[in-house]
This record gives sequence, structure tokens and C-alpha cells, in this order.
Amino acid sequence: MEDQLYREQILEHYKRPHNFGRVEQPDLEFEDTNPFCGDEQHVTIRLDDKGRVAEVAFEGQGCAISTAATSLLTDELVGKTREELLAIPKEQVLDLLGIEISATRMKCAMLGLKVVKSAGLGQPAEWEDEGEQGDPAAEQARDGI
Amino acid sequence: MTVSTSAFPIEKVRAAFPALEREVHGRPVAYLDSGASAQRVLASIQAVDRYERAHHSNVHRGSHTLSAEATAAFEGARATVADHLGAADRREAIFVRNATEAINLVARAWGDANVGAGDRIVLTEMEHHSNIVPWQQLAERVGAEIDWVPVDEEGALDMAAYAKLLERGPKLVAVAHVSNVLGTENPVAEIARLAHDAGALVLADGAQAAPKLPLDVAGLGVDFYALTGHKLYAPTGIGVLWAKLDLLRAMPPFMGGGSMIRKVTKQGTTYADPPARFEAGTPAIAQAVGIASALRWLDGIGMEAVRDHERQIAGHALERLAEVPGLRVFGPPRGPERLGPVSFELAGVHAHDVSEILDRHGVAVRAGHHCAQPLMERLGVAATARASFGVYTTPEEIDRLIEGLHDARRVFGF
Repeated sequence: MEDQLYREQILEHYKRPHNFGRVEQPDLEFEDTNPFCGDEQHVTIRLDDKGRVAEVAFEGQGCAISTAATSLLTDELVGKTREELLAIPKEQVLDLLGIEISATRMKCAMLGLKVVKSAGLGQPAEWEDEGEQGDPAAEQARDGI
Repeated sequence: MTVSTSAFPIEKVRAAFPALEREVHGRPVAYLDSGASAQRVLASIQAVDRYERAHHSNVHRGSHTLSAEATAAFEGARATVADHLGAADRREAIFVRNATEAINLVARAWGDANVGAGDRIVLTEMEHHSNIVPWQQLAERVGAEIDWVPVDEEGALDMAAYAKLLERGPKLVAVAHVSNVLGTENPVAEIARLAHDAGALVLADGAQAAPKLPLDVAGLGVDFYALTGHKLYAPTGIGVLWAKLDLLRAMPPFMGGGSMIRKVTKQGTTYADPPARFEAGTPAIAQAVGIASALRWLDGIGMEAVRDHERQIAGHALERLAEVPGLRVFGPPRGPERLGPVSFELAGVHAHDVSEILDRHGVAVRAGHHCAQPLMERLGVAATARASFGVYTTPEEIDRLIEGLHDARRVFGF
């Protein structure tokens, strides 16, 4: 039976990521880390004369989820303007992955998108924390009132 | 009294931890993340509960009965901590939030008064960020320099290089008693003796060591010792800085506020004696009761027995991990100075993914840089998986870790 999280497609992108490496003389570039685990990704982008993505590459160290997510995402970027890069919704990355991402792994899944957007901005993109909220003991406590 | 390993009362110990009844993904949790935060011992949970229900008020404030009871509980907790640490005087135990705050207290109060431009501070490559960043901040404030003792291929400190660094006449040596990544027990007594010969003071970070080793701060010969409650089966929000009384008496305060004063006028303030001088504001009273209760419980088992159990579990883990293909362990080989944690990487499977798959087996480990990025750089890895142990860890839980690692290899197609 195929693993629900580590599907064949995810493992394939992890083991042989697309667009892995570095673009020569990039117009846009950014590097960021996942502070919880130290994973890092460096994204380089070359724009054509119309300001659209001509070439994109990423490198770094990461888990299967972060590597596959950025591999899949970078496949979608050629032809996009900077504004279009900045408008990519998180849901698109989740759709590309096609697997259920837990709250604890959301930071892994979103690292690449965050770095791409930061590259587009030329500064760290504002980012909302994806953490899960809620006290697991709260329901029991309410019962006890 | 020496308790042999075979006599370790593991059933009794496990029964004292309610959280071990938890199931994770349909299996009893194998909690191998005590190095990040240990589970709470029932004695401590109950002591906090009793205090909160019936004895709480502010400390050192009122003359009414509840305030007297709270004060007695808080100061009694200090006496228990001081006894456990082998302190000569209970006033040498300062209650803080955690080991990080203990180290920041020393860096601010002692450091700002005693370290100046061009002075040197010695750290090691295996320090936790909590024993790096406060010193970097101090160095930045006063213009001091930091030297690093290298870690050798086996995960031990390079003592020859250390001796060389001491020739530069540092003001302070700050070292982990036990590494939170490599499980190395550092020769702190020898480190302290050499430092003192060179005119330096010594701070030992005991966050990992305190839950595992019999402690005798006087015998160790250090000047400052930092520890935290939540790795000691006690609540979060409570830690201890131990320091020699004469040092504390000579140190200016850390934070200002209530409790730490002798007299406040509009013209200025004079400060209380230690320990109050370093405990501004209402302290974590219930949590102090909690750490004292956990220490009494540990002393009931005996820290020699706790240490022997830790060695046995670390040894079993090292032996079993060697069976897993493509697995590389960081840190010293099996031996008396080899405790937990045991950190490792599995070829072709990132530490995060290892941890995710182990969780499916109900096995909790930490993945990441373990707040020791300079050490990660030294080891040449971005992240490792780490199994860390507690008094309740069993060889069977280690066997479940191994089973999970084989599964991780299978999932990743090895």
C-alpha cells in the first residue's frame, strides 16, 4: 500500500528535485531557513526582458516535504511576473503536493514559497505562522466545570 | 549506597509518570525526547496541586498565615535544591525561570561588572545556544572576544587545545556538563581546575546533566551552575542558578523590581542580599515547590542509580543503532562518560522525516539542530534526529525506535 504522506511522487521529487542548483547572474535571489530545524533553501531567478521568470533554481538542505514542495513549485514559475510570484496562494503549494500536511509540517511545505516571495520582494516576505492553536486539555476542563 | 543497574525499580518509576499512559497512534508512547523536556513525575504534580489549592499567597510579604505558609514552601524548596546540589549554603541557590535565564543572569550581572574590552571568554563547540548567545551579547556590549574549544572526532573536547586557550588568560570558561546532542559527559572538574589555575571562573550548564548525574557543585569546583526544572521531571518556568556566596555578594542585581531591594527612596535604591537580590518580582512559587518535590523523588531513587540506568540505556541504544544500515551516530562510543542523548542521521532520509515516521510508531524523538548550530556545522550536518532518555526509558522502547527506523528506510525505498 502506498504511504499516504510519502507518496511515490513526493519521494521522487525529494530524491531527484527539479530545478535544483543555481541560476547564473540571477535577477532575484533569496535564502532563508526554517528556524526550527535549520533547513535552508536558496532560490535564484533570472527574468527575461519582459520581466517574466525565464529560469529558476533552488538549492539547500531539507526534508522530503520541503524539498518536494519547492521542486513542484519551481516547475510552475516560468513565465510569471514578479507580481504574479507574490500572489501565489499557499493553497497552490498544497494542491501541488496533493497530500495532507499536518500543522507541524506546514513550515516545511511553505519554506520554498516563502523564499520565492522573499526573492520577488528583495526582502523577507511577511509570513503568518501556520501553527495549530487550541489547548488539547480544554475540552476536558470544560467538562469539569 | 550503590544500587546495581539490575535493581533499578523501573516498574515503580514508570508508574510515577501519568503521561506514560498516553497512547500515540494506537501505541503506548515511547517518549524519547526527555532531553527537550521530560515528563512530569506524579509527586511533583501533586505537590504543586496541594500548594495551589491550600497554601498560596505571595512570599516574603505579609505576616498572615497563608503568606507565611507560601514563604515556608518557597524557602523550603530552596533548601531542598541546595541540598541536592551539594551547596554549602542554601542562599547560593537562586530561583530563575530556566537554565537560559540562569546563564543570562551571570552574563549580565557578573559579566558586565567583570569582563571588559579585549577580555576573553572560552566556550566549546558543543554548547547549546543558551550557553553561546548570552556570551556573544556580553562580548558585543563590552568588546570582549570569544574562543572556542574544538570537539574531536569522537565527540569529546580537545583538552590540549583548551589548555592552549587558557594561556590567553580568559575571564570565564562556560561549558556544558553533558552535551545535549552528543551525550558526552565533559570532565568539568578538570576543566574547572585548569581554568582556576589560569585565573578564570567557570560556569557549567547543567541542563542535561542535572537529571542524570549525582551533583556536588563544591566537588566539581565550578563557580556557577545552571539547571532547569522541566528536564528534571518538574514544571516549566523554574530553574536554578547556583553560585558561590562570595561571588553572589559581589555581584550587582540582574533585574530590578520588588523583593530585590533593601530600601527604595526617590534618590535611589540599595539592594537586598543574595538570593533575594537576584529574584526581582513575585517568583514562580508553585513551580519551586514542584522542582523541590521532583528532586526529593529523584533522591529517593538515588542519583547513582539514575546515572547507571542512563548509561545502560545509552549503551543499549548505541548497540542497537549500529544494526541499522546507513545510520551514523554522532558522539562518543559506549563508555562511562557516554550518556544520552544519542543523535544520528539516516542516509537518504532527512531527520524530520525520520521523526515523522517514528511518531507513527508512537516513538517521540526530536529532529533538527537542537539549538546547537555551531556543533551542527562542526559535524557537517544541517539536522540530526535525537533520542534522549529519562528515568522511565526501557530497552524495549529503544527496540521500538529501531523497528521504526527500519520502517523509515522501507518507506523511503531502501
